[in-house]
Amino acid sequence: MANQVQYIFDDKNLRNSEPQKYNAEDLKSEEMVINIGPQHPSTHGVLRLEVVTNGEEVVEVVPHIGFLHRCFEKHAESIPYNQTIPFVDRMDYLAAMNSEHAYAMGVEKMLGIQDKIPKRVEYIRVLVAELNRLGSHFVAIGSYGADTGALTPFFWMLRDREHILRLLEWASGARMLYNYIWIGGLFYDLPVGFEERCSEFITYLKPKLAELEKLFINNKIFVDRTANVGVLPLDLAINAGVTGPMLRASGLKYDLRKVDGYSVYPEIDFDVPIGKGEMGTVGDCWDRTSVRVEECYESIKIIEQCLVRLKGDYKRTRDFDPQELVPKKIRPKAQDLYVRAENPKGELGFFFRADGKSDIPFRCKSRGPSFMNLSIINDLAKGGLIADLIAIVGSIDIVLGEVDR
Amino acid sequence: MTFEQILEQIKSVLTDSVITNIDEAASPKAIVIGASSLIKVMTLLHDNENLYFDSLSCLTGLDNGEEAGKMEVIYNLYSIPFDHHLMIKVIVDRVNPVLPTITSIWKTADWQEREAYDMLGIKFDDHPDLRRILMPADWDGFPLRKDYKEQEYYRGIKVDY
Repeated sequence: MANQVQYIFDDKNLRNSEPQKYNAEDLKSEEMVINIGPQHPSTHGVLRLEVVTNGEEVVEVVPHIGFLHRCFEKHAESIPYNQTIPFVDRMDYLAAMNSEHAYAMGVEKMLGIQDKIPKRVEYIRVLVAELNRLGSHFVAIGSYGADTGALTPFFWMLRDREHILRLLEWASGARMLYNYIWIGGLFYDLPVGFEERCSEFITYLKPKLAELEKLFINNKIFVDRTANVGVLPLDLAINAGVTGPMLRASGLKYDLRKVDGYSVYPEIDFDVPIGKGEMGTVGDCWDRTSVRVEECYESIKIIEQCLVRLKGDYKRTRDFDPQELVPKKIRPKAQDLYVRAENPKGELGFFFRADGKSDIPFRCKSRGPSFMNLSIINDLAKGGLIADLIAIVGSIDIVLGEVDR
Repeated sequence: MTFEQILEQIKSVLTDSVITNIDEAASPKAIVIGASSLIKVMTLLHDNENLYFDSLSCLTGLDNGEEAGKMEVIYNLYSIPFDHHLMIKVIVDRVNPVLPTITSIWKTADWQEREAYDMLGIKFDDHPDLRRILMPADWDGFPLRKDYKEQEYYRGIKVDY
């Protein structure tokens, strides 16, 4: 059978493709290498951790990544700018709208049309991105509950996320990978009645979040499990390129929506919650989870304000065409550009090089927040217990689709 | 601080001409420096109290193709307290791409340099742990090079089909 794909098995294959950094022979007699993942639910995907242990204590963690590598950058170098958007969705598949927003902003900046985008388009973008941010945080909080031994929050959060997915499906036609935000505009306008349904959802959600805080975040069992675990000092966080809720939990009020003030965020009133060490030390696992919950409240605030404006100043009109500015041909001038935006996980950056001669980027590099946040895991877990390592991996909130790209 | 002020600050401390070129079209604006002065410039940018680029946002490796015969490494720096950006480009030889590592200045460079090595084969001298990061360790070639050809078979599976 000439064309049949046949994997040739050899028991040395794994050792050759992902060699361990530490060999049993080189370790001290009381030390042992334990392999966690890539097929393990607490690693949140296909992350493999090579853990050197001394009894229950973690001596060193070596993450092995790349199992979900889908050559995003190579793909982006071979297809036109607008066709890359579905690939961008598949990087952080829990927050596809946010990634699309960042990517579209970058290309619009290169084309010089970033100031011409209609306000209604920008508000819809922010609305759907914040809805998606809620969805992403819900998965982070819920699955963190499951990691630490509380299964109820997981069901609750996924129940509430379902409403968001249905809203976004109504707008874009897809549940997770939307291809909704286009360069220069949107795929569609919001469907008629979306704003009303969205406000209904917000009214429903607020008491549910309060309930979650009572049941889960301030629960003594959860506090004991996560407070003072995996403390990340601020100076190390900045130096290691950690961003997003993780950096804010370490006590720095740093949110690109405020700092860069991109899109219509400067017109919207919201706070940036930071970790205060209420239950333990600043920058511990509890702070990281608590910051995510606080951010959910802020996202709700943003959504409410967007809805007011989408029903008021920038309301639906008969002649509004969200694709009006979508360029037929995307050929930016020769330039290098770095663009960044605040994703639920942190700073998502794109570096573009356009050569000015083609519709295809010469180079498109993505800087994923999960990738950078994960790189700190050894410093967080060293000296702790193996059980705490699981709590730390969960608190980083990684999406392997973005780590591996 | 504006780009011009940053330039002046660099020039006032490092008197010898480390900046070989300036790219005003880039966003943020970029300076081009030689590989030999990389550590010197980066240390200054990180430590100087007026510049204080405390975060390295992004490190990009880039291949200009066989004809151009050079590769580039692009560093995007950002200062959180002063809110200013800078792009730094370093040109390396394509046949033997070697650069000094900056992991001792920014810890975040560790994985980003490993990625650049994995994708383009740029070697970073004195890097503490320069292994492939995304591709399997026994993969042939560096995928983001412009003249990259996939290996024909990997574990008996045809790669290009």
